[in-house]
Amino acid sequence: MSHRLKALLPFALFALALVAVQFTLRATGREYCLTQLTMSLYYAIVVIGLCLVMGYAGQVSLGHGAFFAIGGYTSAVLTTHDFSRVNATAWAGALRQACLLVAKDDLYGNQIVTASPWAAFLAAMLVTLVIASLIGYPALRLKGHYLAMATLGFGLIVYKTVLGTALFGAADGINGVPEWKLGFGLTVSGRSALRVENYYVAGALVLVLLVLLRNLIHSRVGRALQAIHDRETAAGAMGINTAAYKLRAFVLSALLAAMAGVFFTHYTGGIGPSEASAFKSVRYVALAASGGMASLWGVTGMSTLLNYLSFRGLFGSYDNAVFGVILITIVSLAPEGPLKPLGLWVGRLVGMRSTASQTKQNNGDTVERVPTTVI
Amino acid sequence: MTLLEVKHVRRSFGGLVAVNGVSFSVNPGRIKAVIGPNGAGKTTLFNIISGLLKADAGQVTFKDRSITGFKPYQIARAGISRTFQNPSLFFQMSVLENVMVGRHRRSGREFAACCLRLPGQPKEERSIREAALAQLDYVGLAHLAGFPAGGLSFGQRRMVELARALATDPELLLLDEPASGLNTREKENLGALIRRIRDRGVTVLLVEHDMTLVMDLSDDILVLHNGTIIAEGSPVTIQSDPKVISTYLGGEFRPPEEVELALLTGERPDTAPGARVVPTRSSPVGEGAVR
Repeated sequence: MSHRLKALLPFALFALALVAVQFTLRATGREYCLTQLTMSLYYAIVVIGLCLVMGYAGQVSLGHGAFFAIGGYTSAVLTTHDFSRVNATAWAGALRQACLLVAKDDLYGNQIVTASPWAAFLAAMLVTLVIASLIGYPALRLKGHYLAMATLGFGLIVYKTVLGTALFGAADGINGVPEWKLGFGLTVSGRSALRVENYYVAGALVLVLLVLLRNLIHSRVGRALQAIHDRETAAGAMGINTAAYKLRAFVLSALLAAMAGVFFTHYTGGIGPSEASAFKSVRYVALAASGGMASLWGVTGMSTLLNYLSFRGLFGSYDNAVFGVILITIVSLAPEGPLKPLGLWVGRLVGMRSTASQTKQNNGDTVERVPTTVI
Repeated sequence: MTLLEVKHVRRSFGGLVAVNGVSFSVNPGRIKAVIGPNGAGKTTLFNIISGLLKADAGQVTFKDRSITGFKPYQIARAGISRTFQNPSLFFQMSVLENVMVGRHRRSGREFAACCLRLPGQPKEERSIREAALAQLDYVGLAHLAGFPAGGLSFGQRRMVELARALATDPELLLLDEPASGLNTREKENLGALIRRIRDRGVTVLLVEHDMTLVMDLSDDILVLHNGTIIAEGSPVTIQSDPKVISTYLGGEFRPPEEVELALLTGERPDTAPGARVVPTRSSPVGEGAVR
């Protein structure tokens, strides 16, 4: 049982940290910061998904910004576009019956019919599923970095398509996306009255996804993905269908990005083309790298923190450049991410002061105790 | 009554024909060794059987079912497991996790079941762990279960790789130079282990350069030279086969006992031009060649 408690501890700490941050901000009268934190948490979901595909399955995706945008735009278009012209048809009636189409008033008081946010969410997931499968299937049957190339090209296509299509609001993006009533009295909305609630909705969503992915990683599927990452040939020889597993991990990760996009769009009430840009995709990769790639906690923490700082305007007009610098620094100085070496360093510092004997670690394989006291 | 049947298999790389119309069969419950000088096509043959390479022509049949053109994972699922010349462990994982990967084909929960820990998944996970531990114990490395695989010695890596291959419950085990890089004691242990594996009902097909081990261990031996089979039979027949002798020693016929000695030590009695010696990494080939 204590084993299970130990596994639960980080999740409890994460929940505690969420609460602590909210209380601190309330006490200091800076609760408005929660809005940017909420947005950062949604971005963190994209990076967590990327962590699965990069850190575990060992495939690089440079198109996660595009998947985020596909999720956001699909739900934005469906929840703002007026479907009243087809409202009279039989299938529209059926959709209304199923609460997938809803009638409401637009900004100018005209009656319009749009898809309900839940219907739009499901549609966004479906669209992402299909597109990610189409991109991933040919690229992942091969060994090597074909996915990176395919997703890079794909991201550019999505960006330019969004920019050039009136339906997607071209350079202006889509505004006026309605709030999303999730059920259980929860609403995804940018209204300041719902700020705290939305912060916890985002935090809970991240927490649930972390639990699910942790389960996945500590299972036969997780081991298979790591095996593919380490040695694809040996993984195949163990009976793992490498192409299928890489594809499933990629699609799952794309779905997470799209899900984040849907929530983000309802939260901010709109989405713009910059979400689909290559800058965003590279930023997600940089964030995953800064969190240590294969560490769910590191990735969640670093991603939330850095995105929050970016939202607070800390990096000024060098925003995208900063993430480029982060990526270069990590790749050249700390390929495993800064957290692990930092932790070892802190551990050594603390260990030297508090104990008489020092634990020396060689490559993490043999641990020998070297007594410092001379006989 | 054959487990594996290889028929007229041919494979070339550019102009080089590595395997040229090789046909043989492996009977269940036997240890069969494939020997031959470097470049004879042994590893190519192994890679074709295990699906890493496609044959240009010919068929491979396993349990009367064609596995020609199967992908590696399909071949593994059919019941053939293999080890590699250089132990290829998953270094990011612990020793136990490595062996647990071997249980992949004997378990079936997929993404959704694993994410949500659906009923039955934790139980399956436990049984994977237990089976993997049992295999580690079988090769005598249970005490290293929690160790990172990257920290093992070469010999231990080989054993973990063997345990991982065994964890798939194979009917046929392909071992690619299992003794290379091992010291004498490790080789003896390996020989005993391979025999135990056979006695447990697993058929073994191995490529090996260490003649002491091969002669001692094998029920049947297949000799490849320049991509073709030049001899096949029991260790005793092989040792007295004139073709084998001329391939290995480069000379004409010699009395069997002298040949056996030469094969065992890797020595080359005469230095006829074009003569080839089986290069074993641990037996004193170098010395023999210098002399």
